[in-house]
Amino acid sequence: MEFIDPNVVDLSRFQFALTALYHFMFVPLTLGLTFMLAAMETVYVVTGRQIYKDMAQFWGKLFGINFAIGVATGITMEFEFGTNWSMYSHFFGDMFGTPLAIEGLMAFFMESTFVGLMFFGWDRLSKQAHLAITYLVALGSNLSALWILIANAGMNMPEGAHFDPETMRMQFESFVNLVFNPDAQAKFVHTSVAGYVSAAMFVMGISAFYLLRGQHRQFAARSFRMAALFGIISTVAVITLGDVLGRLDYEKQPTKIAAIEGLWHTSKPPFEPWILAALPDDAKQENHFEVGVPLVLTPLITHTFDQPITGMHELEDAAGPRIRSGIEAVSALRRYGVTHSDVDLALFTQHEQDMGYGLLAARHAPNQDVTNIPENQIDAVVKATQPDILPNVFVTFWSFRFMVFLSLWFFALFAISAYVSLKRRLEHNKLLLKLCMWSIPLPILATEFGWITAEAGRQPWTVFGWLPTFLSASSHGVSYMVFSLIGFVLLYSVFIAAELYLMFKFARLGPEHDSMEPHAQHDAPKPSAFDMHPTAS
Amino acid sequence: MELYAILKIVWAVMLGVLFIGLGTMVGMDMGVGTLLRFVGRNDAERRTALNIIGPHWDGNQVWFILGGGAIFAAFPTLYGTSFSVFYVVMITLLFSMILRPVAFEYRSKADSKMWRASWDWVFLVSGFVPMFIYGAAFGNILEGVGYHFGWTGQYYQDESFLSYLLNPFAILCGLMSVSLSIYQGGAMLMLRADNPIWARARHYAIVGGLFAAILFVAGGIWVQFLPGFVMQAPVNPAMPANPLHGQSVAMVAGGWMHNFHNHPALWVLPLMGVGCMLAGSAMLVAGRTVVAWWLGLGAWAGTIMTVGCAMFPFLMPSSTVPDQSLTVWNSTASEYGLGCMLAVAAIFVPIILSYTSWCYYVMRGKVHTADVVNDTHSY
Repeated sequence: MEFIDPNVVDLSRFQFALTALYHFMFVPLTLGLTFMLAAMETVYVVTGRQIYKDMAQFWGKLFGINFAIGVATGITMEFEFGTNWSMYSHFFGDMFGTPLAIEGLMAFFMESTFVGLMFFGWDRLSKQAHLAITYLVALGSNLSALWILIANAGMNMPEGAHFDPETMRMQFESFVNLVFNPDAQAKFVHTSVAGYVSAAMFVMGISAFYLLRGQHRQFAARSFRMAALFGIISTVAVITLGDVLGRLDYEKQPTKIAAIEGLWHTSKPPFEPWILAALPDDAKQENHFEVGVPLVLTPLITHTFDQPITGMHELEDAAGPRIRSGIEAVSALRRYGVTHSDVDLALFTQHEQDMGYGLLAARHAPNQDVTNIPENQIDAVVKATQPDILPNVFVTFWSFRFMVFLSLWFFALFAISAYVSLKRRLEHNKLLLKLCMWSIPLPILATEFGWITAEAGRQPWTVFGWLPTFLSASSHGVSYMVFSLIGFVLLYSVFIAAELYLMFKFARLGPEHDSMEPHAQHDAPKPSAFDMHPTAS
Repeated sequence: MELYAILKIVWAVMLGVLFIGLGTMVGMDMGVGTLLRFVGRNDAERRTALNIIGPHWDGNQVWFILGGGAIFAAFPTLYGTSFSVFYVVMITLLFSMILRPVAFEYRSKADSKMWRASWDWVFLVSGFVPMFIYGAAFGNILEGVGYHFGWTGQYYQDESFLSYLLNPFAILCGLMSVSLSIYQGGAMLMLRADNPIWARARHYAIVGGLFAAILFVAGGIWVQFLPGFVMQAPVNPAMPANPLHGQSVAMVAGGWMHNFHNHPALWVLPLMGVGCMLAGSAMLVAGRTVVAWWLGLGAWAGTIMTVGCAMFPFLMPSSTVPDQSLTVWNSTASEYGLGCMLAVAAIFVPIILSYTSWCYYVMRGKVHTADVVNDTHSY
């Protein structure tokens, strides 16, 4: 009998989380900055005012520094499903691979081909053609996010595929259901708009830095105003779509929503409090203390005043029969692979919907083999498996709260900033400017917490309800994982060091050709060859 | 023939096209990266060389991404198994690949000599290593790979990664792939650069082309003696894609030549490969660079098609449990999935080809060292 080493599964998960979180430090800026660049360039093309071209070129340079690492670390993500999650790829690849391939064909190719022209084509293309290219880059990067999130929605709420005992995997059956998965649509808007929030904060914060130092004032004030308005709209959209996602999880992923809310027992509408802070204890299955706001939880999640939300203890109890039935399904499936008899097939079909729960029991079955559990041990295996259906509550609960608290902070900051900047009183508000500057990394942090909420909350599944994470990993040895992890940590550390060095260097340098401010002082000793193009008047 | 079987064949062909595109376009950029330190003796010359592929490397790299995506979508079991079995090699390939975008974008953004020299070494490594591994992987697959499947479809590895690296036949294939990339990269440099880069690139490209031809012929002779994989009994091409059962496979010395014996017309493919390499080198001697660049594409096409036709229908045979070898018939996506992807590809591939060509058209013409140094958008 062949085993899967639980350490390898944990290391594979750790590596995937590390590389995904790292990748997503750069993606949000790409998603948002491309549209902001397009907006700036549009104003330039329509009004012909040089300052907007300066803006597009300057923020475009910072965009480029960020973009390179986004692309580089994205390659890792596409490889990793194959290198570390072979069973997942085999089991779900028929459907999951399709959106990834379409992402390449429809979006990534477009974005990557035109980004070259966006940087290199200023002199070779007409104003209008260059503007069109910038829009295509923005469209490409956002379409790319769309297809990735369609794929991700397939993991969270599998729609458009069914399990086939002949091929032992999920067979793709409906492109329409794949694309119009409600989770995909809501997640795409939620995530891409979170990117716009990041980009808005980035532009607003760096502009605040110039205003604080009294440099590039016209340039910075315009950039600041544009970013604040872009930011407030985006933040409202992020919060709205976050609410839609919560409602979807309530219907399709009850374990995730219960963990997010730290809800160990089924809620009692309408007075059930929304827990503001608590210390969930996964081992004891209880919260150590709770601070809550009464009346909020039920309408927040269910959008009604009378529907209960199932608690984690009740979900565990309900899983018992499903695990038992799932063990039947897996055993019948294995027999069918040898006999191909109609009897086994019929038995499998009868229990098919619970197959995933049977696979989940593999961890606790003797020799990790659910098809050979002695009759007298089945009860013990089922009982041991029941708590496994829950994600890590502490992590899910707190990452969700950090995300939400941060988004409320962004809402306040953008609203005040937009108001003050429209009143043209920015330079009198040093504290506000400083807060904007220090908030630059926060939206990216909030996005990372969002990913942790969604994907830690999906556990213990890679394909929700069908394939446990534990069985999805490639059967490597620990030494392989150590090799790749050390490599990733070293390489990615070098990347971030180089990235921050250049980002700070060029942000401090500021726009080279600030046409509104002919006497602008630059910190740099001399303009070097790769600074902004000297066509500015 | 059933529709499903036809779709499987179509996607096997598409896989070949992707490999050819990847070899040519990514290989070209990798070749420039490998040659960077040799064709450019000072910073200005190196920047000229970099800016020749500067506007295009990112688009070209998508061939690589798309290769991964297409294998995932059209051959999910092959994707999961091959990437995992070659783990250490694949991760090494990945590390060198992800260094490259950063090198392009960052190299010329700071003035320090150390900074730029370090990134120049990164270009060498990230050009040479991926092309070597690309070729070596084909070598390993021709020899068969040690793996088998458990009843759930989980693969288990039966061989150490060392046997994939320290393997003379794979090293030969890897070097051949590097040679072709140097040929292609050199030809591209000649298209867009003046002397002295032009003359140096010409030198390396000619050597690359001739080396590739020699290694290709040597590899071909070697394959005559390699144990190849042969189907013992006919299989149903429209079978459900599942490598666990349904075929009986034997390892036979010279087995990879069976398809050539049965269909002698296939000999045109290796001849085309060698012919393109030799004719291409001759064209470079004559200074006919455009023709030589396209002959490079022909060389890749000849090589990939030779390997593909020798192995058909095998994609990645197992040397330890040959009956579980992955083939065109047992490792594809479902009929519905393949059909969907075909429709998407039919819409987008022509669009991609047209805008890619347009980008090359916009950026056409020689890249002059003086312009690169004075231009502010350059790498």
